[in-house]
Amino acid sequence: MSDGITATAEAQANTALDLTTLSVREANRALQSAKGGAFRLLNPGGKHALACGLSQPVSVSIEGHAGYYCAGMNQRAEVTVHGNAGTGLAENIMSGTVRVTGDASQSAGATGHGGLVVIAGNASARCGISMKGVDIVVGGDVGHMSAFMAQAGNLVVLGDAGPDLGDSIYEARLFVRGAVARLGTDCVEKEMRAEHLDLLRDLLARAGMQADPAEFRRYGSARRLYHFKVDNAGAY
Amino acid sequence: MNDQSNAPRGEPGNGAPRTTPVKSAIFDDYTLSEIRRAAATGLYDIRGGGAKRALPHFDDLLFLGASVSRYPLEGYREACGTDVTIGARHAETPLHLKTPITIAGMSFGSLSAQAKEALGRGANAAGTSTTTGDGGMTPEEREHSNLLVYQLLPSRYGMNPDDLRKADAIEVVVGQGAKPGGGGMLLGQKIGARVAEMRTLPEGIDQRSACRHPDWTGPDDLEIKIGELREITGWRVPIYIKVGASRPYYDVALAVKAGADAVVLDGMQGGTAATQTVFIEHVGIPILAAIRPAVQALKDLGMHRQVQLIVSGGIRNGADVAKALALGADAVSIGTAALVALGDNDPRWEDEYRRLGTTAGAYDDWHEGADPAGITTQDPALAARLDPVAAGRRLANYLAVMTLELQTIARACGKSHVHNLEPEDLVALTVESAAMAGVPLAGTDWIPGRTG
Ligand SMILES: Cc1cc2nc3c(=O)[nH]c(=O)nc-3n(C[C@H](O)[C@H](O)[C@H](O)COP(=O)(O)O)c2cc1C
Repeated sequence: MSDGITATAEAQANTALDLTTLSVREANRALQSAKGGAFRLLNPGGKHALACGLSQPVSVSIEGHAGYYCAGMNQRAEVTVHGNAGTGLAENIMSGTVRVTGDASQSAGATGHGGLVVIAGNASARCGISMKGVDIVVGGDVGHMSAFMAQAGNLVVLGDAGPDLGDSIYEARLFVRGAVARLGTDCVEKEMRAEHLDLLRDLLARAGMQADPAEFRRYGSARRLYHFKVDNAGAY
Repeated sequence: MNDQSNAPRGEPGNGAPRTTPVKSAIFDDYTLSEIRRAAATGLYDIRGGGAKRALPHFDDLLFLGASVSRYPLEGYREACGTDVTIGARHAETPLHLKTPITIAGMSFGSLSAQAKEALGRGANAAGTSTTTGDGGMTPEEREHSNLLVYQLLPSRYGMNPDDLRKADAIEVVVGQGAKPGGGGMLLGQKIGARVAEMRTLPEGIDQRSACRHPDWTGPDDLEIKIGELREITGWRVPIYIKVGASRPYYDVALAVKAGADAVVLDGMQGGTAATQTVFIEHVGIPILAAIRPAVQALKDLGMHRQVQLIVSGGIRNGADVAKALALGADAVSIGTAALVALGDNDPRWEDEYRRLGTTAGAYDDWHEGADPAGITTQDPALAARLDPVAAGRRLANYLAVMTLELQTIARACGKSHVHNLEPEDLVALTVESAAMAGVPLAGTDWIPGRTG
C-alpha cells in the first residue's frame, strides 16, 4: 500500500484513504479493486468523480464535501457523503445505496437505473432527470425540472418541488409532501392508493426518513405525449 | 363580347399556340406534396437518411496527381500505408485500425439485430471498428465486433457501467450532423418488446430522446464528465467526442480542451434513423465546409494528429475518403453507405418499395420499421431477410474497395501513407467549394476568402 492508505486494526474493515496524499485515481483504484470491506475517504476537498464506478459491495464513507459525479454509476456499493455533493451525484446508479448528509447539486441521481439515493438536505435542479428505475428520497426541497423525462423508479420529496416537476415524464412515480411550484408538461396529480402508501412507507423506511405517507401527494404521467398527435402540438 | 372572352384562360378559341405549362421552381412537386401532407396530418415529416438536396461536396474537389514536379508511387508495388491509431493522447489502449474507414454509430432499435451483426462482421474483416448507438450495447453486438465504440448519449438509454468497461472506446455524443441540437427519435412501430426493455420505455410509444446531456452543460462540465468516464474505465480506453458540424472550429477546440482523445465531426449530409425533414435539410453545414476549420483548431492547439479527427456525412467511395484525409482528417466513418452495402434500397425489392409508395434509391421511411431489405426494422420476418454473414461479406468487400481506391489516389499523388495527402494535392471545381475547402479554384491560385 502506498502512502495515504492506512488500514486500521480490523485490516480491510476500515481502511482510510487520504486525498491529501493520494490522487483521485489512486483512491478510486483502491476502492474499485476491493471485493468488500469498509473505507473512509479523508479530505475529499470537493474533488470530482470520487468513489465512482464501484461494482462490489464495499462501504465508503466520504468525510467532507464531494465534487461532481460522486459515486457515479454505482453498483452494489454503499457510499455516504458526510457533507454536500456536487453535480451528478450517483448519476446512472445501477444498484447499491448513495447517501448525502447535506445538500446535493444539480442532476442528482440522473438516469439512475436502480439502487437508492438518499439526500438528507435539498437537491438542486433536475434531480432524477431521465431516471430509469432508481429510487431517490430527498429530505428537503428539489429544484426546477426535477424528474424531467423520468422513465421509471420513484422520487420522494419531503419538502417542496420547484417549477416544471416531471416535465415529459414517462412511467416514474413522484411523491411530494410540500408544495409543487408548477407541474411540467404531461405531469398530473394522481390518486394515492393503498399500494402507493405501502410503497412510500417502504421507501421512507429504507431512506431512514421520518414522515407520514398520508401527507404526500402523488404525481405521474398523463400519457398524452406518448404518441405524436396534432392536438397536442401546443404541449411540445 | 366576342367568342374568345368565354373561352377558358389559356385556351384561345382561335387556334393560337398555347404556352407550355410552367411549374414553379420554388413551389415544385415535392414542395406542393409536402404542403398537402402537412395540411392533411398536422404533423411534421419525419424520415431517415441524410440531406437530399445538392450541397457542395467532395465531388467538387479534384486531385492533381503527380507529374514532373512530383513523382508517383507504383501501384500494387510500393507500399502505401492505411493504418491509423486512434486515442493515444490519454488512453492506455488506443485503437489500431487497418483502414481509416470506421462504421458510424447506429443503434440496435433503429437497425435489426441481423444488420448490427453484419456491420460487426464486415468491420472485423476489414480491421476497423463499429459503434453502438442510442439504446445501449447488445451482447450480440459485442460478440460480433472486435473493436466496438460505446456511445454515451443524452438519453443514456441502456447505459450500463459493465458495458462501458467492455467497450474498446467511448464516444460522448454531443450531436449528429443530421440534427445538430436535436435528440434521438424512434417511433412506436420500432419500439418492440426488446427495444422497449433496453430503453426502459413503454412498448409502442413514440420515443423522443433528450437533446442535452442530463448531467453536464458546457465544456467545463464536459471535462469533468470525461474525467469520471476515465476513472470508471481506469484510463484504459480512448474517449471520443462526436459533434454535428455547425461551428467546427470552436466545437473541436472545446472538445480538445475537455480532454477528448478523438473528435468525430459529422456533416449535414450525415444519415439518421429518424429525424424531422426540416432539421435534416436546414440545420448544420456540409462536411466539406467543416473539415478545414476543425483541422485549424487542432493545429492552433498543437493537437493535429495527436487528437484524431474522424469525419463523416455523405462518404461514398475511396475518393471521398482521400479528399477528407487530404483536408486533414485522420479517419472517416460511414453510416448510410454501409447500410447500402448490406442491401439497403436494393432494386431487388422494387415491388415492395412501390407498395410503400416509394422506389429503390428513394426509400427513407426508416422510422416506420417496414424496411423490405430487413435492415432498418424490428419486424422479425423482415429482419430475417438479411443474412448477416453474406451481408457482412458485402460490407467487407466494399470497405476493401474503398481502401484500394484511397491507396490508388494516394500513390498517384506520390504518398507512401494515406495520411501524407494534403490540401496542396487538391483543387476545386467551383468557387463555393474552393472557399469551403480552402483550396484553389482549378487552374488558378485563387482561394476565395484567403487570397483576395
Ligand atoms: C440508421 C441510422 C442510425 C443512426 N443512429 C445513430 C445513433 O444512435 N447515434 C449517433 O450518434 N448517430 C447515429 N446515426 C448517425 C451516424 O452515426 C453517422 O453520423 C452518419 O450516418 C454519417 O453519415 P452517412 O450516413 O452519410 O455516412 C445514425 C445513422 C443512421 C443512418
